[in-house]
Amino acid sequence: MPPATSSPSRLGRGDRLFLALVVGVPLLALLALVWLPALASIALSFTTWDGIELSGIHGTGFENYTQILTNYPPFWPAVGHNVLWLLFTALLPTPFGVFLAYHLDHRIRFTRFYQTAIFLPMVLSLAVVGFIWEIIYDPDTGLLNSLLDAAGSSGHIDWLGDPDLNLWAVLVASAWRHTGYIMILYLAGLKSFDPSLKEAAALDGANGRQTFFRVVLPALKPVNVIIVVVTVMESLRAFDIVYVLGGGTGSKPGMELLSLLITDNIVGESGHIGYGSALAVLLLLVSLAAIGAFLVQTFRKEDA
Amino acid sequence: MRTTTPRPETRLPARRPSAPRPARPRRDTGRHLLLATVSAAWLVPLLWAVYTSLRPYGDTAAHGYFSWPREVSLANFTDAWSQSGMPHFFFNSLLITVPAVLGTLLFSAAVAFFVTRFDFRLNLALLMLFTAGNLLPAQVLITPLYRLYLLVPLPWWMSDSLLLYNSAWGIIAIHIAYQCGFCTFVLSNYMKTIPKEITEAALVDGAPVWRQFLQIVLPLCRPAFAALATLESIWIYNDFFWPLTLIETGDKRPVTSALANLQGAYFTNPNLIAAGALMTAVPTLLVYFALQRQFVSGLTLGSGKG
Repeated sequence: MPPATSSPSRLGRGDRLFLALVVGVPLLALLALVWLPALASIALSFTTWDGIELSGIHGTGFENYTQILTNYPPFWPAVGHNVLWLLFTALLPTPFGVFLAYHLDHRIRFTRFYQTAIFLPMVLSLAVVGFIWEIIYDPDTGLLNSLLDAAGSSGHIDWLGDPDLNLWAVLVASAWRHTGYIMILYLAGLKSFDPSLKEAAALDGANGRQTFFRVVLPALKPVNVIIVVVTVMESLRAFDIVYVLGGGTGSKPGMELLSLLITDNIVGESGHIGYGSALAVLLLLVSLAAIGAFLVQTFRKEDA
Repeated sequence: MRTTTPRPETRLPARRPSAPRPARPRRDTGRHLLLATVSAAWLVPLLWAVYTSLRPYGDTAAHGYFSWPREVSLANFTDAWSQSGMPHFFFNSLLITVPAVLGTLLFSAAVAFFVTRFDFRLNLALLMLFTAGNLLPAQVLITPLYRLYLLVPLPWWMSDSLLLYNSAWGIIAIHIAYQCGFCTFVLSNYMKTIPKEITEAALVDGAPVWRQFLQIVLPLCRPAFAALATLESIWIYNDFFWPLTLIETGDKRPVTSALANLQGAYFTNPNLIAAGALMTAVPTLLVYFALQRQFVSGLTLGSGKG
């Protein structure tokens, strides 16, 4: 019997050329535009640079890092907010999305309508999402305060301005998008699940909930890993929705996030490239933990 | 049909005779109640924006937003369309999104084809390199990428800035490089479900590899392409981080990042802005509805059958 996969030795020269081309071009793009900049960022994080002349780069060792960790007021609040973002997302919208997917996976009517309604926020651009929540949170004319007024509570609450409230207001808007995303991803996983396993569990007398927790959930491990990684990565690099709802001017009191601090430092005229890069590397290190865990979980089985 | 429980079906006329599942009591009322409530709650913010956009500014200024409408019209939509130069920005978005989505799908299909069909030793490393690349935060890449784009010259007929910086090509390139990881991952999962015998047979028949790829594997991956085209169109069209940082001139930016300018350029009329914002959502909605049927079924993230 021949091996299950083709071996390269059987390929002609034209075949090799074709493969080298179609794999080489995207590989080059990936290395040049993604991995090279990532490595360069790490190098820049050990320097001080105003971002103008390349000759203005001066090495400073770990100076940027010690500065950030000990003497950069918004850093620790930003870390706290990122952690809060992660906990909130992992505890509410992610399980809720899985819960909705579980119910949508039963063959019921109107399922496409439900899917569309809940996934819709994900289809909208963040500019739209930003404006939608602005006209809801507006302290004078917004829907939320109008409803509170109509309900009799005299609330003139500045949802996006109050540093104690604004992060929560943004988290609600973010959860509105994230739930549908997780729901669709998990629904795709559930649809690929072998129905005979479920039937076997049902024949053994398991009810729907037992079947889900004891049979479906463990068997869907690859999808679970993806859901966890998506949740972690979206929480770590949360940027655009905060950027839009913060008025598009960088970080605002109460809404500092690592991604916004990096943008503050390296985009625009401030020109603290080394400093911003060090922040980026710190974000990268935390992300790498998630990426590494994902890669190990996903590809371990195949490395035979 | 292995089970022998025909009792409920003999009493009721079977509505779906093709359903090969064991008969189950239909108690879905609670489920419908739950899903309908959540759907309604999820639609409220959007419907509020639609309602606002349909009312003239004078009406809401006099009576407040939380009031019954005296007048409803599409005037805000026509105004936003004509006042903000929207057709131009839509064209910019189209110019970036279409090539970026097609390029991403084509290249990632090629890489996925390679890693699933050929037993080269590099396969696993290659797949990991692509997948991990997609997970790097964009902010980590931006400074060196910006400098790199300032160094790469383009001929005048490709970019009037003569550089990769400040040109649509640069945005397309970074989208393709950055998004290939996710698509390669999904497509390689999908291609693994295609029996190896199909391409083996073609190989024995002497068909060159490019024909196996274009004529056998690509058509079989259509559901996965539909799902990925939907997701990638949404992501690439909606992204505004790369244009914000890699495009200098405002009128070269895509519609989503240009919309932010609309707020400052005109006096603050939330009704007009709501109309403009809703219009920017139309292209992604069209893509979603067109490809919806295959969307969930084509998104193979990893099969539960393994």
